[in-house]
Amino acid sequence: MPGLPDTTEKVSLDTFLRGLWEENPVFVMLLGMCPVLAVSNTAINALAMGLASTFVLVASNTLVSLMRHFIPKQVRIATYIIIIATFVTMVDYAIQAISLDLYNALGAFIQLIVVNCMILGRAEAYASKQPLGATIINGVGIGAGFTLALLSLGVVREILGMGSLFGIPLFGDSFQPWVVMILPPGGFFVLGAWLLVFAWVKQYREQRLDQQEVPQHDS
Amino acid sequence: MTADSVTFIFLNAAIVNNFVLAMFLGICPFLGVSAKRDTAWSMGLAVIFVMLVSSICAYGINWMLTRFEIEYLRLICYIAVIASSVQLVEMTMKKYSPTLFRALGIFLPLITTNCAILGVALFQTSREYSFVQSLSFSLGAGVGFTIALMLMASMRQQLELHKVPSISQGAAMTMMLAGLLSLSFMGFAGLGSSHG
Repeated sequence: MPGLPDTTEKVSLDTFLRGLWEENPVFVMLLGMCPVLAVSNTAINALAMGLASTFVLVASNTLVSLMRHFIPKQVRIATYIIIIATFVTMVDYAIQAISLDLYNALGAFIQLIVVNCMILGRAEAYASKQPLGATIINGVGIGAGFTLALLSLGVVREILGMGSLFGIPLFGDSFQPWVVMILPPGGFFVLGAWLLVFAWVKQYREQRLDQQEVPQHDS
Repeated sequence: MTADSVTFIFLNAAIVNNFVLAMFLGICPFLGVSAKRDTAWSMGLAVIFVMLVSSICAYGINWMLTRFEIEYLRLICYIAVIASSVQLVEMTMKKYSPTLFRALGIFLPLITTNCAILGVALFQTSREYSFVQSLSFSLGAGVGFTIALMLMASMRQQLELHKVPSISQGAAMTMMLAGLLSLSFMGFAGLGSSHG
């Protein structure tokens, strides 16, 4: 049985931008939280994790999209997982070869990209139905959104917890680091704070929209 | 207690380095299934069971892979084993205990993408645990997951009765609660080794 029929979507800038804001995997859809919380203790770790996940996302989406007519529907999830696992193994060995320090800092979380529900979710919901071009652009967008979210956590946690950014000290010696921020609870607190900010922005926007709409209904 | 005794490994995985609150594994079900105590309890039990099964399988597979020197296939094998053992658990349960099967419902298939399960398999390999140590590690991890899930569900159920600002409802409040729980679990940190 062939894959699902194409419901082709027009490729536009929106295909890319949607992943950054409207469908941001972390802040809006709350997917792939484990690596977001675990390796965002410094900005460099966050960036590396974001790039690694983006690579796996784009590469596996490309393959899924190319093979979407050949994968039988019944075993599609298993096929996706095997495809993703292949690329994760590649990334795992690549990072080990490039920088051993980084590899040790990220630990098991590189291999755990396999079970990142964001990647499997994109393969199932988007790549299996869309042509190659749209899939790649959308994958890059979602990956960028994921990296951005990781960075926004990593930067805050590193500045507060270590007083530095990308390893460069920002403040003088008198800075008293807020150690809890680089420990596990800090991850939850900073992510919670970001979600609060986004919820506030959303509420503010909706209120303004309501105020604009009210006069139109009256007239 | 020495660092590789079975009791120590169990306590370390369950409380000191709690899988959810200190190592950030299995956050998705932790946030998704912690709205009610009953479902949290069922989910916890299912996770403990699948963890034990996949830990045993992973131990066997790793032995085979090392024997034939094809360790680079480890990740692919593990994930395939976890996916199929979840399926197996589902079928067995459906046949022999339909009540439990109905109680767990949709949570069983969800366990496949629970990174705590794969985490157990990967950690027991990288720490070179023996068979008994692996068993106690996976049991401890499962118990720790259940403890965290139950605590969270109880807190969220209590919170439903209280008035909170509208912007902090939902995910943001859950994160803050998880942060507080995690902070309190930091108190156990002195009990164990930092890497264990």
